[in-house]
Amino acid sequence: MMHFEFHVEGGNFLKAGAASSQLKKILKQLNVDPKTIKRVVVAMYEAEVNIVAHAYKGDIYIDIDTKKIEITLIDEGPGIPDIDLAMKQGFSTASSVVREMGFGAGMGLPNIKNNSDELTITSEVNKGTTVKFATYLNQ
Amino acid sequence: MKIKKVVELLNAKVVSGHDHLEAEVEFCFASDLMSDVLTVETENLLLLTGLANLQTIRTSEMSDISKIIFVRKKNATEEMIRLAAENEMILIECDYSMFKTSGILFSAGLKPVY
Repeated sequence: MMHFEFHVEGGNFLKAGAASSQLKKILKQLNVDPKTIKRVVVAMYEAEVNIVAHAYKGDIYIDIDTKKIEITLIDEGPGIPDIDLAMKQGFSTASSVVREMGFGAGMGLPNIKNNSDELTITSEVNKGTTVKFATYLNQ
Repeated sequence: MKIKKVVELLNAKVVSGHDHLEAEVEFCFASDLMSDVLTVETENLLLLTGLANLQTIRTSEMSDISKIIFVRKKNATEEMIRLAAENEMILIECDYSMFKTSGILFSAGLKPVY
């Protein structure tokens, strides 16, 4: 069992993806199969960008064992009033700054779902959002 | 097709990763939207984009894309070049529009992902 933690600053697009990049290096070192690495890091990057785009700050907790990689992202931010709506492809509340960076098309959460085997999202308005997902190894 | 050939066809400029000019590429995807790039599962992909910022490089890193062409005279910044070098990517700058670039590469035999 391995555990890693990363801190994410809201609004800082210069650092967005730094945690996902670290995770990719770790998974490569662990000799995880490249297709699984891509699924995990794409999901993680989408979630990390979501914190940068929407929240004030957040923390990422990663647990890796022989069966799965489990990632929990907990942010302090505006929260998501309607999670079902946020999961719909094309729905977005992203700012123009986020869109200028090439995001905010309302595809992030559906893409996290697509690249993970388990996904739960809980949120409290004006408090924050927790996104937890897992990807199985050795499929 | 070799990347070297792509550079020649587009009269383009390699700004990082000159040692990858002999690499082969089969598929091409053109998008300014990184959210779309992150949904592509095809391997050995050449990315055509008019979006030149750090997240273009980060998105490519996560998507295992190591070949990027910036169209519409967009330039890679020092920071982008540094991150691309770290990830062994080739960055190419092209003066043509996305449409013209796509047309040339499609005619030359690069395949679409869908």
